[in-house]
Amino acid sequence: MNAREEVLGRIRTALGENRTAVPDVARDYRLTDGRDPGDPALLDVFVDRLEDYRASVLRCGPGEVAATVTRALDSGLGTGWSPGAVVVAPGLPAHWRPEGVAPDDGRPAVELAGSAASVTGVATAVAETGTLVLDGSPLSGRRALSLLPDCLVCVVEAAQVVGSVPEGLAVLDPVAPLTMISGPSATSDIELQRVEGVHGPRTLVVVLVQVLPAS
Amino acid sequence: MTAVFLGIPTAPPGVGHLRGDRSFPDAARQALRDGQLRANLGHATSTIRAKRAAVVSELPDWAQLREAGRAIKAATMARLDEHLIALEEQVTARGGTVHWARDANEANTIVTRLVQATGADEVVKVKSMATQEIGLNEALEAAGITAHETDLAELIVQLGEDKPSHILVPAIHKNRAEIREIFLRTMPGVDASLTDDPRQLAMAARAHLRERFLRARVAISGANFAVAETGTLAVVESEGNGRMCLTLPDTLITVMGIEKVVPTWRDLEVYLQLLPRSSTGERMNPYTSLWAGITPGDGPQDFHLVLLDNGRTAVLADEVGREALHCIRCSACLNVCPVYERTGGHAYGSVYPGPIGAVLSPQLTGVEDNASLPFASSLCGACYDVCPVAIDIPSILVHLRAEHVEAQERTTAEAVAFRGLAKVMSNPRLWRLAQRAAGLGRFLARGKPTLPNALPPPASTWTRTRDLPTPPRETFTQAWAREHGS
Repeated sequence: MNAREEVLGRIRTALGENRTAVPDVARDYRLTDGRDPGDPALLDVFVDRLEDYRASVLRCGPGEVAATVTRALDSGLGTGWSPGAVVVAPGLPAHWRPEGVAPDDGRPAVELAGSAASVTGVATAVAETGTLVLDGSPLSGRRALSLLPDCLVCVVEAAQVVGSVPEGLAVLDPVAPLTMISGPSATSDIELQRVEGVHGPRTLVVVLVQVLPAS
Repeated sequence: MTAVFLGIPTAPPGVGHLRGDRSFPDAARQALRDGQLRANLGHATSTIRAKRAAVVSELPDWAQLREAGRAIKAATMARLDEHLIALEEQVTARGGTVHWARDANEANTIVTRLVQATGADEVVKVKSMATQEIGLNEALEAAGITAHETDLAELIVQLGEDKPSHILVPAIHKNRAEIREIFLRTMPGVDASLTDDPRQLAMAARAHLRERFLRARVAISGANFAVAETGTLAVVESEGNGRMCLTLPDTLITVMGIEKVVPTWRDLEVYLQLLPRSSTGERMNPYTSLWAGITPGDGPQDFHLVLLDNGRTAVLADEVGREALHCIRCSACLNVCPVYERTGGHAYGSVYPGPIGAVLSPQLTGVEDNASLPFASSLCGACYDVCPVAIDIPSILVHLRAEHVEAQERTTAEAVAFRGLAKVMSNPRLWRLAQRAAGLGRFLARGKPTLPNALPPPASTWTRTRDLPTPPRETFTQAWAREHGS
């Protein structure tokens, strides 16, 4: 008997001839936050959670994205960064891109690791946990893009921000290569004290695009 | 009905890390004398307990999530064969290859063969309990393949030639000063001015591993979850070492215990809330990677999933004990356990320490191979209270204790004592006589609140580790009779 048949056979033996009915799963936990995606109060929660885990957030209106991404890169890299050191997701809208930065051309990982920063969009974002989800689409870029450069800038549109984890998972494609990101990389391995910045990007800046109230 | 009776094999001896070389009490006695260890553990566990409590209290529906987490696992186990077949079908349809391993030896052979087929002589590893359980690193080493652990705590353990002592934070028994010394001693080219600041230590690990990640051709990981209906695998981590391993190499080999499967994509909405809050005390861990088979142009183009039994089906055969398979390896039960907090993880002798280890290890190996573990608990129940999938650990401990007692061929002194006690307690006249006799213990106590700890054998095996209160001047029944008349 091959291993597959044997392991399956053991499971059938273990469960016995007369299997018990499959117990019901009550899903009476909160399926939604109750607020619509992009609700201003929800955005406040999102920003609070991001900042709590040492991500920084810049809010801007729909017409100011490129300028705000530039400011985000200034804060992560220091002013005077070279556009050649920044790689953006291939599907990032042209009007979100700072001048001179190039889209990812699928270069080898070693070269990508030499870039100072990357800029991507997201597939969705979860306010309650301060989580960004990238799905490998042209807007999110391939997984290595948001991993190797030391500074990651993610552009999130207000309508992409949902309240809870169940709402976030519901809009994702389960067979896409997904990466959920909550703050910069971190470790708690030394005395269980959280330290930000290990192998992934040490700096995470989120640009939150919303229609800002007239000031 | 026991697993042995059904003929389902447990995890084989001689491979992997499920059996200690000493009994728990012997190992614990030594650990308790290590003041530094106790200080490190006390500090770390109290930190994490507070963080967990804070983030759990943020969720108004924690109880409902916990119940759903329990129910999904129970439903999965009830049809485990069907879910594994579905998972295999989905992973295969998306370009992956599924392998089945009856035990540790078979899994090690499969992985070694897969690595050899690539021509690589080194691999990078994501922290994984399953590969520790089966002793994969040792098996690879025997085949001339170097395995680089990339999780910070695993790296500390590997560089220090030490053993892991916690499910989540394998180096929890080391403090920052000890970690600094390990790094200075073992990391080639490390900056001699390295301090014991955790941030600096983390940066040293980053520099040490960066180049390894970029040159690695093969990675080996475990899996936190695998979704049967979609073939999606999930790895939950913090540092980004997992993402490096899951993204950069050409070949990815994932070793997963068969109990890690969940039926539907929706089930993740429960576990991705329960797990991070219970383990690191965060609302969400920094990185969760999810993938199904291979994605052209993004990540490894060769993906292998090894489904591991190694005693799990024997656990499944025990209707009481099978709940231990629900564990999502959060380690909350370790952090609240008064026994674990004092002895640390090494005393348990298995890669699964603490309360969950005390119910899982003896079942994976057969109770007699880990007979002292079900007794490594005061049955206080704190583990059950914090378990995010509500595993009734105390009840399983009691169940396994009974199994151990029943497995004894020769009558033990304890069995004789309890048989005698049962006789006395079921006869009012004998009971009154015994109470009067116990009163004589007052002479031994010489006015102290507890009896001396050196009663003669065989009673000494009991009193050596327990304070026996001095019997009261009179029993409750006597006091009642005196005050109220009989």
